[in-house]
Order: sequence, then C-alpha cells, then structure tokens
Amino acid sequence: MSRTSQTDVRLDGTRDLRPDREAITRPGGPRARGERLMVPKADFRSYYGRPVLQPTPWSDHDIAGYLFLGGLAGASSTLAAAADLMGRPHLARAAKAGAACALGGSLYCLIHDLGRPARFLNMLRVFKVTSPMSMGTWILSAYGPPAGLAALTAVTCRFPRAGRAATVTAGLIGPAVATYTAALISDTAVPVWHDAYREMPFVFAGSAAASAGGLGILAAPVTEAGPARSLALIGALTEYTAVRRMERRLGMVARPLKKGRGGVLMRLGKALTLTGAVAAQTVARRDRTAAVAAGAALLAGALCTRFGIFHAGLQSSRDPRYTVQPQRARLEKAEGEGSRS
Amino acid sequence: MLLRQIIGPDRLGRGAAVKSRRSEELTARTASADRVVKSVCPYCAVGCAQNVYVRDEKVVQIEGDPDSPVSRGRLCPKGAASLQLTTGSMRRHTVMHRAPYALDWQEIGLDEAMEMVADRIIETRRATWEWEQDGRRTARTMGIASLGGATLDNEENYLIKKLLTALGVVQIENQARVCHSSTVVGLGSSFGRGGATTFMQDLQHSDCIIIEGSNFAEAHPVGFQWVMEAKARGAVVIHVDPRYTRTSALADLHVPIRAGSDVAFLGGIIHHVLENELYFREYVLNYTNAATLVTDEYRDTEDLDGLFSGFNPDSRHYDFDTWQYQGMRVVAAAGDRDEDYELRGQSRQSVRSAGRGEMHGAGGVALEGTPRTDPTLRDPQCVLQILKRHYARYSPEMVERICGIPPELFARVCRDLTENSGPERTSAFAYAVGWTQHSDGSQFIRAASILQLLLGNIGRPGGGIQALRGHASIQGSSDIPTLFNLLPGYIPMPHAHEHEHLNDFVRSDAPSKGYWGEMRAYMVSLLKAWWGSAATPDNDFCFGHLPRLTGSHSTYDTVMAQLDGTCKGYILLGENPAVGSANTKMQRMGMANLDWLVVRDFSLIESATWWLDGPEIQSGELTPQGIGTEVFFFPAAAHTEKSGSFTNTNRMLQWHHQAVDPSGDARSDLWFMYHLGRIIRRKLAGSTDPMDAPILDLTWDYPTEGPLMEPVAEAVLAEINGWDSEGRPLSGYTALKDDGSTACGCWIYCGVYADGVNQAARRKPAEEQDWIAAEWAWSWPANRRVLYNRASADPEGRPWSERKRLVWWDEAARKWTGHDVPDFDAAKSPSYQPPRDAKGAEALSGIDPFIMQADGKGWLFAPAGVVDGPLPTHFEPQDSPVPNPLYGRQRNPARMVYPHEHNRYHPSPGEPGAAVFPYVVTTYRLTEHFTAGGMSRSTPYLAELQPELFCEVSPELAAERGLVHGGWATIVTARNAIEARVLVTERITPLRLDGRVVHQIGVPFHWGPNGQSRGDAANELSSISLDPNSHIQEVKALSADIRPGRRPRGPALPELVRDYRARAGITDSTGTEV
Amino acid sequence: MAFDLDLALAAPYDPASASGYREHPERMGFFTDTSVCIGCKACEVACKEWNAIPDHPLGFTGMSYDNTGGLGASTWRHVAFIEQPGRTAGADGAEFRWLMASDVCKHCTHAACLDVCPTGSLFRTEFGTVVVQEDICNGCGYCVPACPYGVIARREEDGRVWKCTMCYDRLGVGQEPACAKSCPTDSIQFGELTELRTRAERRLEQLHEAGVGSAQLYGHDPGDGVGGTGAFFLLLDEPEVYGLPPDPVVTTRDLPAMWRQVALAATALLAAVAVTALGARS
Ligand SMILES: Nc1nc2c(c(=O)[nH]1)N[C@H]1C(S)=C(S)[C@@H](COP(=O)(O)OP(=O)(O)OC[C@H]3O[C@@H](n4cnc5c(=O)[nH]c(N)nc54)[C@H](O)[C@@H]3O)O[C@H]1N2
Ligand SMILES: Nc1nc2c(c(=O)[nH]1)N[C@H]1C(S)=C(S)[C@@H](COP(=O)(O)OP(=O)(O)OC[C@H]3O[C@@H](n4cnc5c(=O)[nH]c(N)nc54)[C@H](O)[C@@H]3O)O[C@H]1N2
Ligand code: SF4
Ligand code: SF4
Ligand code: SF4
Ligand code: SF4
Ligand code: SF4
Ligand SMILES: [Mo]
Repeated sequence: MSRTSQTDVRLDGTRDLRPDREAITRPGGPRARGERLMVPKADFRSYYGRPVLQPTPWSDHDIAGYLFLGGLAGASSTLAAAADLMGRPHLARAAKAGAACALGGSLYCLIHDLGRPARFLNMLRVFKVTSPMSMGTWILSAYGPPAGLAALTAVTCRFPRAGRAATVTAGLIGPAVATYTAALISDTAVPVWHDAYREMPFVFAGSAAASAGGLGILAAPVTEAGPARSLALIGALTEYTAVRRMERRLGMVARPLKKGRGGVLMRLGKALTLTGAVAAQTVARRDRTAAVAAGAALLAGALCTRFGIFHAGLQSSRDPRYTVQPQRARLEKAEGEGSRS
Repeated sequence: MLLRQIIGPDRLGRGAAVKSRRSEELTARTASADRVVKSVCPYCAVGCAQNVYVRDEKVVQIEGDPDSPVSRGRLCPKGAASLQLTTGSMRRHTVMHRAPYALDWQEIGLDEAMEMVADRIIETRRATWEWEQDGRRTARTMGIASLGGATLDNEENYLIKKLLTALGVVQIENQARVCHSSTVVGLGSSFGRGGATTFMQDLQHSDCIIIEGSNFAEAHPVGFQWVMEAKARGAVVIHVDPRYTRTSALADLHVPIRAGSDVAFLGGIIHHVLENELYFREYVLNYTNAATLVTDEYRDTEDLDGLFSGFNPDSRHYDFDTWQYQGMRVVAAAGDRDEDYELRGQSRQSVRSAGRGEMHGAGGVALEGTPRTDPTLRDPQCVLQILKRHYARYSPEMVERICGIPPELFARVCRDLTENSGPERTSAFAYAVGWTQHSDGSQFIRAASILQLLLGNIGRPGGGIQALRGHASIQGSSDIPTLFNLLPGYIPMPHAHEHEHLNDFVRSDAPSKGYWGEMRAYMVSLLKAWWGSAATPDNDFCFGHLPRLTGSHSTYDTVMAQLDGTCKGYILLGENPAVGSANTKMQRMGMANLDWLVVRDFSLIESATWWLDGPEIQSGELTPQGIGTEVFFFPAAAHTEKSGSFTNTNRMLQWHHQAVDPSGDARSDLWFMYHLGRIIRRKLAGSTDPMDAPILDLTWDYPTEGPLMEPVAEAVLAEINGWDSEGRPLSGYTALKDDGSTACGCWIYCGVYADGVNQAARRKPAEEQDWIAAEWAWSWPANRRVLYNRASADPEGRPWSERKRLVWWDEAARKWTGHDVPDFDAAKSPSYQPPRDAKGAEALSGIDPFIMQADGKGWLFAPAGVVDGPLPTHFEPQDSPVPNPLYGRQRNPARMVYPHEHNRYHPSPGEPGAAVFPYVVTTYRLTEHFTAGGMSRSTPYLAELQPELFCEVSPELAAERGLVHGGWATIVTARNAIEARVLVTERITPLRLDGRVVHQIGVPFHWGPNGQSRGDAANELSSISLDPNSHIQEVKALSADIRPGRRPRGPALPELVRDYRARAGITDSTGTEV
Repeated sequence: MAFDLDLALAAPYDPASASGYREHPERMGFFTDTSVCIGCKACEVACKEWNAIPDHPLGFTGMSYDNTGGLGASTWRHVAFIEQPGRTAGADGAEFRWLMASDVCKHCTHAACLDVCPTGSLFRTEFGTVVVQEDICNGCGYCVPACPYGVIARREEDGRVWKCTMCYDRLGVGQEPACAKSCPTDSIQFGELTELRTRAERRLEQLHEAGVGSAQLYGHDPGDGVGGTGAFFLLLDEPEVYGLPPDPVVTTRDLPAMWRQVALAATALLAAVAVTALGARS
C-alpha cells in the first residue's frame, strides 16, 4: 500500500476536521469459494439464502378468498345485468344474489385481513390512483350499493325500476371489480405477481367469468343457464390461454406456478375449470345434477386458481432466487448492451 | 383529507395532503425535555459523554454528547442501551433477604436491612479481630472482605476504602485485580506510572497502530473512531489476535497468533530491532536505561535455562540483588526493604507476594546512588547488550515455532512497525486484557514497553502504549484503590513486618530520587484526610490505625480464606464473581461457606442467587437447605441517579450529574457506605475498645441532601482533592506538606477541585478547543494528557521533527511549552544537571523525561519492581498443550498456583494424560455484551443481539471433532464442563507450529444462568493461577477438550469432569511444579 | 389521470415538491459507507431506544454475528455480517473478508410502499422521506409486498406496519437521526442528499484508487428503478451478497400498464358477457 501518511500533529491547534482522505479497507480479491460454510451452496448469491422481500402478511383465506369472491361478484353482476336485460329472471336473480353474497364475503375477507380492522374506513381518506387497493376501495364503494340494491330488489321483487337501474350499474362496474384485483397483486414486488402483470387481468377476468358462469349453471334452471354456460366456457378458455402465456413469458419465475403448493393448486384449478366448462357444454345442458356438479367444479376451479396464484406468489417471494436472478440477468443484459454501444 | 387532496397541490395524495394530525404535532422527546443532564456512559472505560434527557422527573432519553472530544457524541450499542439499562424492567427496587438455610427470598425494609448489615459487620469484626501475627501488629479483621468498585464512582470507592480500612478490613478488592493489575506493574515499572501513556484522540497521529491483546473495535468501539481517523490519514493498522475479529476486519493486516505467546512475538520484534540496529539511537541512549550497567553477578534466563539469577525454588521468589545497576541500589523504603526480614524470617513469602509491583501505578521503584553507564552501549553488562543476548534466540523461526506466525507475515509486521517509527514517524501499541490476563501478564506489557522505548515511541504524539481499560471507572478504582495492597495514589498498604511506624514506612530521610522524596507528604495528607484532627505528629498521624498486610490478600486469596472458613462476611459492591472471576465454582463454594453476604447490584445477578438455583444446586453438589449463608440484596442506583466521577481509560476524571432520584429502595453506593458508616459509628459510640478507635476517630461528617439524605458527592471529591489548614482547596500535589497542615484523600487527584471548582465537570465543547481539549474534564497527573511528553523533544529540547511536535523548550521564555501540559518541571532547562546531593525531583536532569523513575529513564531492563524477572521471557500458560521450546521450564517459575480439589491443573505437554486436553481455549468479549453480563444479559436490546453462548471453532477443528455449525458442543477442563452453540468460522485459523497443528477455540465469557439471555459461564473452565506481580488470573489461554453435543445435567456433570481428571491422571500436584 | 401518473413517476424529480410541499427543506438522506462499519450494532440499538421498538429475540442464528436476521417491523436498522473465505492474511488477492453493513429503509424517490398505501398512512415528508403514520395505518399490509427491498413489515401483535421514519420527529426539531448520531465510525452519514452523493462519489474514487475494485455505490443513481434512494450505500460486494436486490424497480412504474391491461380485461369481460347474452338470444 503506497500511501503517505498525513498523521502530523495538527500544529495550528485547530480541532481536527475530517481529512480529505479516508480509511481504506483492504482490497478484496476474487473469492474462490461460494457462500458461507454450512449454508448449502447456491447457484446465485444471497444473504444466507434469506428472502430479499418481506413475507406478504396476507392470509390465503382472506386474500385469495377475496380475489375469488371479488371476481365472482363482479362477473356475476355483469352476467346478472345481461340476464336481466335478456329476460332470464332466474339466472338474473341467482347471479344478483350470488354477487351480493360474494360481495359480502369479499368485504368480510378484506376487513378481516386488516391488522386494524376497526380502521377500515381510513381507506376512504384518500383517492389514490397509484394504489390499486385505494382504487379498489372506491370501485367497491361505487359497486356495493347498486349490487346490494340489485340483489335486494331481485329477492324481494319490489321496486323493479330501481332494481333494473341498480342491476345495470352494478353490471357495468362488475368487470372492474373482477379485474382490478389483478392490478392489486401485480402492483407488488412479488416476482410471480408482478412479472405477470400483463396476463394477470386476463387470468382474473377469465377465472371470474368461469366462476360466475359456474354459479349461474349451478343456481339457475338448466333452461335459463345458456349464457352462463357460454360465459363459463369463454372464461375457462381465456384463463387457460392467459395462464399458459403467463408461464411462458415468466421463464424461471414461473416455477412456483408449476411446482409446490402453488403448482398443485394451479393444476387442480385448471383441471376443475376445464372439466367444469366441458361438462357444462355437454351433460349439464340437460341434467340438473350434472349442472350442479359442473357449476361447483367451475367455482372450485376458480377458487383453486386464485389460491394457486396466491401461493405461487408467496413462494416466489420466499426464495431469493426469484428476486435476484431476473434482476441480475437484467443488469447483465443492460451492461452487455452498454459495453456494446 | 380528500378535500386537501383535491384542492391542494398534492393531487396524488402522497404527501402534504395525507399528513395526519399526529404527524403534524410530532416532536422529539429530546426537544420537549424539561432538562438535559450531563453524564458519562456507565459501561466501559472509553468514557463517552452522555446527555440525559429528563421530563416529569423521569429519564426519557440518553444519547451521546457531541461536545465530548473523546466520543464526539457517538455511542456503541451498550451506551445506546443505557436508557433501557437504567429504566428497564430488569431492575430491582426492593431489598431482599435470605435467611440461613432458607429456600427463598424475603423482602425486607431498607432501614432494617442496614441495621442488620451493620450488626453483622460489628459482630464478625469482633469475633475475628486480630491484633497481631507472628508478634507483629496487624490490627485487622480477616473475617470480612469486599469486592467491586470499577463500576462505581471515585467518591464511592473512596468511602469504601476509607470506611472498611478503618474497620480493619484488608481484603478489599475490585475488578482492577482481575482486569488490568498487570498493566500497573508492567507500565509502572517501565515508565514510572501505571496508566496508559497517551489518550484516545492522540491515536489519530499514529503512523502505525498495532492492536494486540485487544479487540479494540469490539471492546472500545467509540474509542476505535480514533484508529479509523488515523487510518484515514494513512496509518497502517495491524491486529495481532488469535481470532479474526471485528477489529481485524478493519485492520490492514490480521496476524493470527497462539494465545499466550505474545512475549515470544514481541521478543522476536525486539530481536529484529536490535539485530538490525533499527532502534532510535539518540532516544534510546538519552531517555532509556540502555547504557546503564548491571551487576556482574547478573545471570540471564539464557544462562540458567529459563531462570534469572537469584531464584529460590522453595519460595518461588527472586532475590533482586544481582539485577541491580552498578552504583545504585533499591531503596529499602520502596517496599522491598523487608528482604532482610524475609531472609531471616519465617514468613518468607509474605512481602513478596503482597502485590508490590502495583504501587508503581504512580511512581517507579526507588533507587539511590548514581548508576554507572556506558554511552557507547558496548559494555557487555550494559542493558542494551544484556537485552541483545536475552533475545538472541527469539528469531523469526522461533516466533513461528511458538506463536504459529509464518516468517513472511512476521516480517511484514516488523517492517511496518520499524518503518513507522523514528524522528518523523510514530507508532502506537494498543492492548487490553488479551495481554494482562496471563500467569506472566505483567511481562507481556513489559515486552511492549521495551519495544516502544527502543523505537522511541513513548511520550510522543501518535506513539505510546494505549492500555485500554475495562469498566467506566476501573482506572479510578486503581487510583483510589479498593485494592488490598494499595492506598489512594498507589501508596502501598503498610506491611506488618516492616512498617510499624510512619518513619519506617516513608524513610523520608533516606536519600532518594524522584517521587519517593515526597512520599511522606502524600501519606501524611492522606492520614489527615481520614483521621482529621485525631491525626497528629505525636501519634504518627494515626498511622497505627491502618491495618497491616501479611502477604497476599487478593480476591483469589479471599476465596481460599472463605473456603477454609476464616473469611465469614463478604460485601459485593457491583461485581459478579460467580460469573466473572476465574473458576466460578471456587467462587460459589467460597460464598456457600460464608456467614453472610451482601450484594449490591441492579438486578439479581448470579452472585446473589447461586444458593437458590446456581450450577451446584443443579448438579446436586449443594442444596439450599444445606447452605447457611445469609444473603442480603440491595438495589443499586444507576449512574443517572447519582453524581460522581468516573476515571476513564486515559486517566481522565469526568463528572456525571444526577438526573433523577433513584426510585424504591435503590440507593447509590455512596449512600450505602456513608449511612453504613454512620450506623456503625452510632452503634460503637462511646466504645473504649482500642480496636474501635480508628472507626470512631474517622472523619465522617459529609453533608447530605434531598429527601433520601444522599451524601454530597462533591464534598467527597473536595476531600479527595484535599485542602490546606484553612480548608482551602489545594491546586496540585506539589502543595502537599508532610507536617499535617494539608489533608488530601488521593494525592494524584490533587487539583481536580482546584479553586473550589469541580474540574472533572468541565465540559468546554471540543469544537472550541484544540485537539488536546485540556478544558474537557481533568486528567491526572496535573491534567497532562500525553505522559512523559518531554520525550517528544530531543535532548536539547527541540521537537524531534516538525510533524511530531508536542512540547518543547522555549529558550526565550525559559520554559517548556507546547500543545499539552508538559509532563516535566516546566522551568527545568534541558541542560540542567543535578548537583551531587540532590534529592527528589531535583535529582533528575534536564534530559530525564521519565520523571517518576528514580533515574529518570525508561526501563528497558527492570532492576527491581517486577518480581518474576528484569526482562520478559516467554513461558507457556499454566495449562498449555504446547511445550516451551526455549527453556527447560514450561511455565513462569514464579507464578502463583492454588491447588485445591476444585482447582486442578492440567498435565504439562509430554506428561501422560496431556493429550486429554489438546486444544487452546481463549475467552473474550463481544461488542453487544458487557463483562459478566449483569448489565447486558438483562438488557433486552443487547441480549437479543447475542442471545446465546457460542464457541468459535475452525472448520478443521469442527471436522476433527464432528462439531456441527449451529449445533452444540461441550468444552471440558479439569475444573468443569460447559456447553455452547457451535459457530464454525474461518475467522479461527488452525496454527501450524513446530510441526503440528494447534487448534484454538474462542469462548466469550459474558454468559451465566440468570437474565434474559442465559448460558454457561466460560469461567467454569478457567483455573486460579496468577501472575506473581499483580495476582491477575490466567483466563486468556488454557487447554481444554471439546466434543459435540450438550453437556450432561445433574450429577452426571461432575461425574464427567471427574472422569476427565482420571483419564488425564491429574493429582493435587499436577501442573504446580516450578 | 394515467398521464399524470406517468409524469409523477418519471425521473429525475424532487419528491417533496411532487408531494405537495411548496416550500420545503433540502431532501435529507443517509449515506452508509459500509467500508468503515465495525458491526457494532449501535445503530440497531439506538434506533430501538429512540423509537421504543419491542425486542424480539430470535435466538442463535449461526449467521456469523447477525442474530436479528434482517429488517422487519421491530428492526429498522439491521447490520449484516458476511464472512468471505480466503484464508489467512498475507497471500495477495484472496484475503479473508468480513463484511459488515447496516441496512435501513431506502426512502425511495419512487416509493412503492407509499404509492400503494390505500389510506395515506404512508406519506412523503417535507424532507423527502417516507414515513408510516401509526395513527392512520390500518394494517392492510399492501405496502409490505410492494417494497422491492423487503423493508416494511407488519408487527403481528400490533397489526400495523413499521419501518424507519428517518427519525421524522427528530428531523423536525433539527436533530440528526438516532442511528447516525450513535454510529462510532461515521459509517452512517446523515445529511443533505445532494451533498452526500458527492461525498460518496469521492469516497468511491478513493477506494478504487486504493485498489478496492469491488467497492460500488448502491442506490445513489437517480436513474435506477426507484429513481435513486434517499438512503444509499457504499458496498464492497454485489448487493445480493448483503441481501439487497441487485436491480430493484418500483412496482408502480408499471402501474399505468397494469391499469391498461385491467381495462382491456374488464372490457373483454364485459364484451364476453355481452356476446354470450347475444349468442343466447339468437
Ligand atoms: N463490548 C464490551 N466492551 C468492553 C467490555 C465488555 O465486556 N464488552 N469489557 C470492558 C472491560 S472490563 C475490559 S477489561 C476491556 C477488555 O478489552 P479487550 O481486552 O479488548 O477484550 P477481550 O475480548 O477480553 O480480549 C481482547 C482480545 O484478546 C484476544 N486474545 C486472547 N488471548 C490473547 C493472547 O494471548 N494474545 C493476544 N495477542 N490476544 C489474545 C482475544 O481473542 C480478544 O480478541 O473491554 C471493556 N469493554
Ligand atoms: N474468562 C474470562 N474472565 C474474565 C475476563 C475475561 O476476559 N475472560 N475479564 C475479566 C475482566 S477484565 C473483568 S473487568 C471482570 C469483570 O467481571 P465483573 O466485574 O464481575 O462483571 P460485571 O458484569 O461488570 O459486574 C459488575 C456489576 O456491577 C453492577 N453495577 C453497575 N453499576 C453499579 C453501581 O453503580 N453500583 C453497584 N452496586 N453495582 C453496579 C452491574 O450490574 C454488574 O452486575 O471479568 C473478568 N473475567
Ligand atoms: S460502552 Fe464504552 S465505547 Fe460504548 S458508549 Fe459506553 S463508554 Fe463509549
Ligand atoms: S425501501 Fe421499501 S419501505 Fe422504504 S421507501 Fe422504499 S419501498 Fe418504501
Ligand atoms: S399497511 Fe398501513 S401503511 Fe401499509 S399500505 Fe396498509 S395502511 Fe398503508
Ligand atoms: S433514522 Fe431513526 S428510525 Fe430510521 S433507522 Fe435510524 S434511528 Fe431508526
Ligand atoms: S453503528 Fe455504525 S459502525 Fe456500528 S454497526 Fe451501525 S453502521 Fe456499523
Ligand atoms: Mo476489565
């Protein structure tokens, strides 16, 4: 180390000021061996294999449940509006009631998951476009009253005109309710959720449609359930395609969607949804029992998909590789480009 | 909110618009405090200044005081946790009592408990009073002992020493014994004073800092900023340590060394310096005793295979006669004059073992005569030549064989050190207890002193030896010593066989140079401070009131006395021997044999609860119903709850002001001692028994204040400072008289209350001063910060170099001047030559910078004052798996051993059974914890940072013994076995030496069974084996075995240890050979 | 609104002004120079004392001297310890290293936690820092997965989220943060961000000149994924070695795109229902 020292006594008697040179640490050479002893060797570097991200503090029952119920409610409202307009009262009533129940359930989940449920109303302090949860709150605020009113009028058969208006309003807001949750989870640093932000709304829309269809199939008479069956089919196919695209685009980050708890749930969801959709188009067209089964399968499928996505996300934030590796790759790519230019 | 968002500029609702009411009104509690009280961190000896914020009579925040020139407002985690320490829930606020044989505590009232303790003291004192021994007056009790003081204020230590001494108690000890006592010997005998030669901030001027035997960054973190400052200015920092620590991480070079081998390492550097003529010749010639001639009879360890001439194998003592200078001899008054008696007498050991070396804390050995010298340095009997011969075999190869340091690495250290020493450059050594705590610890420090003298680094900016002391006031508890062998200011305690009268003690008529000339004035002033008007010239100033020593009464001797039943009452004043002292089982067994025990602390530490749930209760060796010790627990007041001064590691007294009153029954130790004395005096009032005279004659009329009747600490400081016959405060020790017209409680602190102003409370901000910051607090002696600073100038009085100037002779003004207060007679010109018959300070010439030494020189060779040899010599630790390749003698022949069934030693290498304990254990500290843990293990913020006892082992050792990272290991010695979590780390390097691999195991010593973070105490493993100079224990290097898994519980634990002893063939004499 | 968003998320910009403070102090920040950190953890303790954070002992982790593991609801400053092999001093090149680094909330220029907070509990202060308002937070937990550095976390006993406030209360009265104040070696430097950035660059140069090639700044670049951080670092190895993400991006940067996709999907859903309805009628 060829440094000349400047350790002269401060002759001027002034109190020392931090000198312009500073302490130098030993040069660190290349490190041959990998991580710390006893921590299994990893193919990337991390801090004792600990996650970079904090564990998402949401419980799956509440939040995955909320994703499912929100989707169900929103899509059901839209379906209900359509059924209403087309004069399929049973289907419409079932969908409205379903939407209202799902809405209630989703609100319960949402509030239940808060660390301070009593402060739920603080959500209304602000209107934040940057926060999908804030937007969601306002969307739900706009959606809740008409959806509730629609259900109430449908069940009690009173105030039909108001009911119709509420139904249409809820039906128009419904898709937003069903899909904004995709932005909600994508707007995080959780690798699986964030990286999938392009497809996620479609997965959710599809899954919501499938579940709303499922509910219609399950609850409405076979004769009125045609739109529900079609919706279920479209939803199932959309979801299937979107998930496939998502997995392909995510690359290594898609692993939690295929492996582990998330993977199992995703596969189960896919199986149930597709089976339900196919059954709906076939046996369920005639047989009420089969219809109930198909509807249930669709609902269960949607539920599984949401839980699957939820858990895959958690898994991807627990394992630092999903955070570090893509970022490292991105940096290297940028560097590569930088050095070329 | 929404409205604010819509109409305001914060459209997105992410700032101004969403600010809540609470945020709007938020203010810092430091800003809203009622007052800010100036204080000092109560943990370590760096002495960081603190601001204590009080609101509604509660301490609400404690943080660093940016004005401090030492700490600059910073605090380490312990200092930062002081709020929790002082206000946390772990603190007790009630007095507890445990009756003999009782199964539990009982709360009792404070007043009642005070009366009870006073009664116990009076009773025990009467029952054990001893007027004489072997026909010599002792006037003392061996039935009572006290321990603790380093965490206390100087004023508290002063009252403890004063009251207990007046009661005839001699077994008064504190942490200074177990911590740095060997420092006092090592530095004192080399330079004349036993304190660090420099101060923290001056480290920034070093060009090379060797940190060895210290883990600077961890044990003195805030002080370490000055090492970083030096580094920032280009200095090289080297850390020599068995382990790679947080200090090593910031050093330029880490040198792994085998624990206990530093004398060989330093000896190797000395060899290198001498062989290559790299010493600072002009400095060495003028300022050291290099040229002085030693008697022709002197024989070196090189001649006698590890012994110096004069060794008596029966007493294990050296006779210094052959180590003398030619033409000069040790003055009898220096405390070793009893040789005649010893030679004649029965108790051969007594005086020599009485810890005399420590009195060089403030003054060197007294000599008389004028030494013969050879300025050419060629005479074979001159010190330099002796030194050369002594270290001739300490070659790089030998260093490698002993220390395990490869020659290239060693060469690098030699190069960095020598290249950064000389007129233009200075290097500093920083050490602490990695050096002191060995069975030849004093010699470790001697070795560094020799090296620094040779390189011309003492007394110069950026040079010196930075002894990093331990507790907040451990320097103070040496200066105002709650130590058996010393009186305040390093005046030795009188010895029964030699000091019957004041004149014997002082021999003021004996011609002597330097410090000893004024000894009588210091002593008489002390006696006047203690016994006031009762002390008159006619009664020898009550010199007879002082109890007498008859040998070593150190804390470890006290343990032996407890075990054999002579010591019956024990007062623990802020020390935790059941965890912190060597061989904790011996400590507890001793306490279990007491009649009564008083513990004063913040919380129920292990030393207070061993009878209830201690390790021996767990193992079934003791039962509570079988223990007759009566135990009192008194809650202590914290530093924020009392005023007083701490003396930091660099001899600087800093005052901390009381911020609030203690709550509940918590009281300061000042309160406790004062009122205890008051009660005892009340109970004894009117007694005509001569044994009560010292206590009744005592001046004990301190003013008290406040509802708690707290004695005024400043009044005690005023007494420590001293006053003249008119009661006016003295301004310095030169004003002290030997005719009884002055009183002074501690001569070296004289001046701290000059002009009636508490100089220790001075807090002129560092910003407003130069780097010396002389107006921040007060340092002894006479507010000098760099000791021996006359050596920063050449013999003519000019700075050695422009860049390293500190003080110099101003010919025009005819006085010494400079940045620091000159540590020299300011008017003595460099050309001054003493007249032939000069005495005292007059006898030193203008080129004698070591003014406390009788010859004014730094001692490369110590003709007296160090009982185990004039030159440091490498010996192996008491328990070592490595044979000593240098001499036929494995261990320090003069060391002190205490064979006992609970204190067995390990076989020497080569003996059958030696292989049972193949590894070297070293014990140490962590930044996050403090000493025996009473102040950190129950402080949650600290406890969580290092929650469990662990041991550090290398991957190689882990593989060898099947130890699993994160798992458990059991470590065993002949004393006991402990369990620890395993931390496998490459920070521990297996050492290759002499064709073998030596594995070291690191064990922090902070844990014990109580508190929030619990674990076994490392000191279960250590033995009582002591340095003969200072009686410090060897806890830095010991051999042991390690095995995977937890240790056995219950009776199986002692069984395991017995089994190990049997396997190693250990008997009561194992390891005790000369 | 979406273009507004795009604008707000574009760099470089002054976060305090953008958050509605017409007049405000300089942006304050931390420069943590890990090359002089002695791993004493004073910063951890000082922070806990100041903010009266509950202790939460984890027990012995075996992660070198780190027994607090990482930042969390009860650890707002965290000191990482990394032992890097390279046996014994002397041999040039591969020297053993023990890295220590004190981590903290980055007070991002574009702070995802703040962006996603639905209550306005998280807000930007006039100092440009990011603070949770404990009287507002309802514990929705959204900020937690949003933070790309894994800083903010929910304290389960309490239900709310917590993180470094950069001692907002102290800054308000002109005092420096507790952690920086205690740091014995000035590893944590507090001050005006622009000044700290220059200082850091100078320091980096020095280290590079001295041959410490691995030294790098982290978070100082206003062009990075979060617009630069208010608390940035000098590291002696790659960020991930310290548990930091190598190239974090504020998730809300993609939010406009997300909203677009949501709108598309929602429209598609509406259309799908319409189609089924029409299909069914026909
Ligand atoms: N955080 C913290 N600070 C403290 C204390 C504390 O408990 N905690 N205690 C205070 C007290 S009381 C004291 S006395 C000081 C002590 O301060 P230090 O002496 O610095 O503390 P230790 O950790 O006991 O020992 C220092 C180093 O000596 C090394 N060592 C052991 N044996 C040898 C040897 O034979 N040769 C060499 N060269 N090195 C050796 C150890 O590996 C260790 O790293 O610290 C004070 N400061
Ligand atoms: N193996 C091994 N053993 C060692 C060492 C080692 O390195 N290795 N180091 C040795 C050294 S250097 C030392 S200094 C000792 C330390 O050993 P100890 O001094 O026994 O340990 P501490 O925990 O510091 O004990 C001091 C006690 O004083 C209490 N206290 C603090 N302030 C006050 C006060 O104002 N009044 C009262 N009454 N009590 C107070 C604290 O709560 C604490 O319990 O340990 C020694 N033992
Ligand atoms: S423990 Fe020592 S270094 Fe730490 S703050 Fe207190 S005095 Fe300073
Ligand atoms: S580091 Fe995380 S918690 Fe801190 S400001 Fe950035 S996003 Fe928020
Ligand atoms: S948990 Fe609290 S701070 Fe975090 S996003 Fe929700 S309301 Fe905001
Ligand atoms: S700035 Fe304050 S709140 Fe943040 S880490 Fe430092 S001390 Fe804690
Ligand atoms: S206080 Fe400073 S030196 Fe200590 S760990 Fe924190 S950043 Fe490092
Ligand atoms: Mo100590």
